[in-house]
Amino acid sequence: MTICESLYTQYDTRYVIDERTIMSVRHALLALLDEGPKYGLQLREEFESSTGEVWPLNVGQVYTTLSRLERDGLVECENAVDDDRQRDYRITDQGRIELSDWLRTPPDFSLPPRDELVIKVLVATRMSGVNVHEIIQVHRRAMVELMQQWTRLKEDESELDLGFALAVDAELFRLDSVVRWLDVADGRLKRASLESKDKSIPTMPKYRRRVGL
Amino acid sequence: MSVLELLKVGKSYGEGASEVHALSDVDLSVDRGALVAVMGPSGSGKSTLLTIAGSLEEPTSGDVVVGGNSLLTMSRDDRARLRRRSIGYVFQDFNLLAGLTAVENVSLPLELDGISQKAAHGAGMTALEELGLLDRANRYPDELSGGERQRVAIARAVVGEHQLLLADEPSGALDSVNGEGVMRMILAACHRGVAAVVVTHDAQLASWADRVVFLRDGRVADQTMAPPSPESLLDPAAPTDLEH
Ligand SMILES: Nc1ncnc2c1ncn2[C@@H]1O[C@H](COP(=O)(O)OP(=O)(O)O)[C@@H](O)[C@H]1O
Ligand SMILES: [Mg+2]
Repeated sequence: MTICESLYTQYDTRYVIDERTIMSVRHALLALLDEGPKYGLQLREEFESSTGEVWPLNVGQVYTTLSRLERDGLVECENAVDDDRQRDYRITDQGRIELSDWLRTPPDFSLPPRDELVIKVLVATRMSGVNVHEIIQVHRRAMVELMQQWTRLKEDESELDLGFALAVDAELFRLDSVVRWLDVADGRLKRASLESKDKSIPTMPKYRRRVGL
Repeated sequence: MSVLELLKVGKSYGEGASEVHALSDVDLSVDRGALVAVMGPSGSGKSTLLTIAGSLEEPTSGDVVVGGNSLLTMSRDDRARLRRRSIGYVFQDFNLLAGLTAVENVSLPLELDGISQKAAHGAGMTALEELGLLDRANRYPDELSGGERQRVAIARAVVGEHQLLLADEPSGALDSVNGEGVMRMILAACHRGVAAVVVTHDAQLASWADRVVFLRDGRVADQTMAPPSPESLLDPAAPTDLEH
């Protein structure tokens, strides 16, 4: 098992299995076709190098996405042959409009995600015999270890591909925000337990109402 | 080889009911060329750890060994010499002397150590050059940007034969881009063999370190494992299932 697999399955926050990212692959392919007609294999290569190979894509995924784009009228095929590899794709006018709209549409961050880590910490606060601070530290360390690996990837600045650097930064900021949340949660829980030694710690129902756990 | 070793270091302030245990039983070892980050909430003892490691303060219990020399058994004068000769500090507020130029700030510790002005100046210029600051050498601190002042402070900390670099929130008021620059400079010093301890609350800065130590209530609560090779993050065999 790779590190990637073991750490990500723990938290299930990996970009590539996120539905929004599937949409992003669609639009990334549209953007590449906006430069001119291309074959599937070429699209895959250019997609990977433009994301600094942070998001590998298999060729089946490319063809599946292309056939959906074709179905939706966003791309068309020059030469309708059976062999996928022989097909030359080009973007339609509708595809250009779709791409332009997508670029300017903010991602939907309005609904709090059902974050597995938040739930774990909330559950830990409820369980007697579990030290929530220890649970928080387990996750803090896991996050920092993951960040160390990402940071190592941008260590050699002279060989740093721009697209790759941007993608790694995004990943680091995302993990960093998790660490900050853990730090704040840690402090908040410490204060709460000092203030009300015998009152119970924050309960879940309130949160449940708001977030719909 | 271990450049810095803290052995069961404890530090308390005050007495009786008002006694504060800032550090308890802290063990820490930093090898030549290693970069260790110390994280922890405010008041967890990070600054205390750094000042004791740099012999600016004495521990209440335990010992500190720098370059193989126990501070406990060293005379005051020897400690002062060790501080000047082997240890460099970077503080959050940079601590540059306003009346001295960049290069004078950097070479001052060497001059204080009895090195000739000419040799000290040469070493100062070399340190500035390594940090891309050669053209700023004759400017005064108030003629430098925040990022440049911080680089001068780092140059001063790594000048000459310094083998240990101690930095307390070294990217203090700098933005993320400059913060990354600071860590790259510290890392470059480590690649030249310097051992460094960096205190920070910023996980992105800490993640440049080989090892991250977490302090809590004056104790080492946890530390990261040696990270495996980063290539595994980009392993094409990793799950990238986009089908649904
Ligand atoms: N000179 C001092 N006198 C009394 N208490 C101190 C002194 N320096 C630090 N402390 C106390 O020791 C603890 C650790 O402080 P410090 O090392 O500055 O923490 P950090 O740098 O992690 O914020 C705190 O409780 C602080 O109040
Ligand atoms: Mg401090």
